[in-house]
Amino acid sequence: MTGAALTLKNVAVRFHTLDGTVDAVKGVSLSVNPGETLAIVGESGSGKSQLMMAVMGLLASNGQASGEATFDGKNLISMPKAELNSVRGRRITMIFQEPMTSLDPLYTVGDQLREPIMQHQGLPAAAAEARALEMLELVRIPDARRRMSSYPHEMSGGQRQRVMIAMALANKPEVLIADEPTTALDVTIQAEILELMADLQKRLGMAMIFITHDLNIVRRIAHRVAVMRHGEVVEEGATATIFSKPVHAYTRALLDAEPTGRKEAVAANAPVVLSGIDTRVNFSLGGGWFSGPKVVLRAVDRVSLTLRQGQTIGIVGESGSGKSTLARALLRLLPAEGAITFDGRSIAGLDAAAMRPLRRQLQVVLQDPFGSLSPRMTAGQIITEGLLVHEPGMSAAERDRRAVRAMEEVQIDPALRNRYPHEFSGGQRQRIAIARAIILKPRVVVLDEPTSALDRQVQRQIVELLRDLQKANGLSYLFISHDLAVVRAMADHIMVLKDGRLVEEGPPAEVMDHPQDPYTRRLMAAAFASTTSLERLS
Amino acid sequence: MTDAHLPSPAAGRSLWADARARLLRNRAAMVSIVYLAVMALACIFGPSLVPNDFTTIHADYTRVPPSLSAYPKAEGIEAALKDALRRARLDLVAWKQDGSQLDVTVASAKPVDPRSVRYLDRSDVFEGTTVRESAADGLTMTMSTQVQHTYFFFGTDSNGRDLLQRTLVAGRVSLAIGLLAGIVAVIIGVLYGASAGLIGGKTDEVMMRIVDILYSLPFIFFVIMLVVFFGRNFVLMFLAVGAVLWLDMARIVRGQALSLKRQEYVQAAEALGVTRAGILVRHVIPNLLGPVVIYMTLLVPQVIILESFLSYLGLGVQEPLSSWGVLISQGAKSIPGAQWLLIFPSVFLTTTLFALNFIGDGLRDALDPKDR
Repeated sequence: MTGAALTLKNVAVRFHTLDGTVDAVKGVSLSVNPGETLAIVGESGSGKSQLMMAVMGLLASNGQASGEATFDGKNLISMPKAELNSVRGRRITMIFQEPMTSLDPLYTVGDQLREPIMQHQGLPAAAAEARALEMLELVRIPDARRRMSSYPHEMSGGQRQRVMIAMALANKPEVLIADEPTTALDVTIQAEILELMADLQKRLGMAMIFITHDLNIVRRIAHRVAVMRHGEVVEEGATATIFSKPVHAYTRALLDAEPTGRKEAVAANAPVVLSGIDTRVNFSLGGGWFSGPKVVLRAVDRVSLTLRQGQTIGIVGESGSGKSTLARALLRLLPAEGAITFDGRSIAGLDAAAMRPLRRQLQVVLQDPFGSLSPRMTAGQIITEGLLVHEPGMSAAERDRRAVRAMEEVQIDPALRNRYPHEFSGGQRQRIAIARAIILKPRVVVLDEPTSALDRQVQRQIVELLRDLQKANGLSYLFISHDLAVVRAMADHIMVLKDGRLVEEGPPAEVMDHPQDPYTRRLMAAAFASTTSLERLS
Repeated sequence: MTDAHLPSPAAGRSLWADARARLLRNRAAMVSIVYLAVMALACIFGPSLVPNDFTTIHADYTRVPPSLSAYPKAEGIEAALKDALRRARLDLVAWKQDGSQLDVTVASAKPVDPRSVRYLDRSDVFEGTTVRESAADGLTMTMSTQVQHTYFFFGTDSNGRDLLQRTLVAGRVSLAIGLLAGIVAVIIGVLYGASAGLIGGKTDEVMMRIVDILYSLPFIFFVIMLVVFFGRNFVLMFLAVGAVLWLDMARIVRGQALSLKRQEYVQAAEALGVTRAGILVRHVIPNLLGPVVIYMTLLVPQVIILESFLSYLGLGVQEPLSSWGVLISQGAKSIPGAQWLLIFPSVFLTTTLFALNFIGDGLRDALDPKDR
């Protein structure tokens, strides 16, 4: 294609690992034109990020790229490093997922913006300073002049991502590669960043490659979409076409992956399992010998909650709104004030030893399926650890039998119970974490963002699994999530938290479709805007 | 219910297995491991294979240079003969060598006492001396003796002791101190540091302040004090070294434990109601072991160096036992005349330290999960 900003022809990426070679990308051909946004969609492991890393020459040391990536008449993949450096960072730039770690904490934002400008454009310091300021204003950072001398930790995640965008755009690149730039952000901020990127792309006329696993985002921002799976492009086409007439079965499955279904509300007289009245959690910061006066942070401020048998309460809110803290306080994993009752019995004053027998009834599944399983234990050991505590007399054979049963319940092949966590996929690990919780036959399970780290399709399977388990065992869930689509499919009661306070609560139909509070309204608008944004593009 | 039959579990590949595979591919580390194993075997079994005892003083072979051929050398025999006969107040008339058989004719102003063969036997060079024939006047006598061949591959020290044997015996001491003190430091350090990190709060504060206080004691002072009170001995040596080096270990482990404590799997275990001891044993310590193993391989050379340093200062092990540090110290003093006394122990020490450091590096690469 003539006039394309970047053309990939038969690009393949191969990794040499201990288990032999792995073909991460198997011959991908794509092109992106100036002024166009191409979205590359696929689940984790589909090779979408490695493809772009190969183009930028950023592969890990055991990776090897082949094929052609033509930019300005030259092949980037075979280019020597010195020459490549004059292209990347200047004419092709990249934005990464993690705004917390992509900025150097030791330098001010201004320093970090100035440096690439001076290096690539050869501007003197004063001119670079002016250009840096201009860039910060371009990405709409309020009070840009003052922000130039801020350090990254003084900024929020969204602002940091704006700085990253400013850095990427400072040298007027012809191609911008964005690798999941909004995944780590809250929905409201995500919406703002996407809008900003779409706007900047239109104004600056560059080509943009947008890597994501989230189809909602694609709909908002991309002109064309390439769907990747197992290192290959399975389908490519205009966004509208892909969404209205998907051809490949995998694309259809991806589009269909939104969790569906609603949960019926429980009877109003169902027995109350867990309740907290006026729960408060304060963290005091500082207050050591040399660290000055204490600062008290109210993480949870007078929130009341009643969980009935079989009920699922969805707790939503941005990061830092106190969702997880509230749930942990109710399970007495954190010191809290206020009355907490479980099964009609006050548990607020119990110490760790007195809580221990109750722990089997109050279980928790955590967000990160990578972090929540000890890497040195086998799946079987992890699942049965609770039995060691609560049924110390049980024989090893009996524990093994229980592990097999629990694994069958969460639909993992029990033959894999001697495998270690790193040998499982993200979804399987989350199933192991769920098995660990349900093997004790608990009554309440706190699900702390159990689906956030998973791909859409896997998310949907986990949601279905959780619902089935609830039905079979009469579980009550506290479901914490910032993903409103999942909450809607899971919960029969929703609580919206902001800054540790309860903003609004009620059945999903009310809270989601007719939000009363302005904050809730903003949250819902950001989360469900995708359906209306198609028109904006055409 | 599937109680009837349990599917037989598929084997898993643990992180340790992964690390081992990575280590096996690291050539420098593997060579070092083999080298260290050979060194350890040589130090353990070598002394019983080398004919000379490490305490034996060969008065006739003081400071002989290393040689692959046996002592005495041809030119050394006459000197040794003269030396022995001078003590017996006899004059050498003639001597003749036939293989290891030596016929010596001696003369004297007074009749030669047949018991003077002992003077020859007393030397390290000859043995089994007998009187072959005596002249009628008794003033000359022919003795027959065997030349005793001894090998000194590494030469001998100023007292005439076999350096090879001494180096190997010293290696035993150095490696044993390194290993024992290393293990002492690791055990104390891991338990102390992990407990402090895991319990946290006031307990952690108090425990770590104790470490700070111990840190501030000057090490040499501490050792001199121990030596003054308890005298010099082997066990004390590694107690002293181990007692100081666990402090580093405790700090490292505490830091690791603090970060492990925030891992979600520890939180999950807390939510399961697992006791603190259970969390320590099942979750924290297994996950700590990676850095601990690495640190330990780097700690052992540190201990060996410390021991050498103390021995160099004369606070180490007692003669006739020695360590590489002691040998190096002695070798350094005799450098103008006998370089081999410094060279051999130094080569042994430095190559061992090299190997240990390579192994440490290899282990770090192998256990570092970032590689994945």
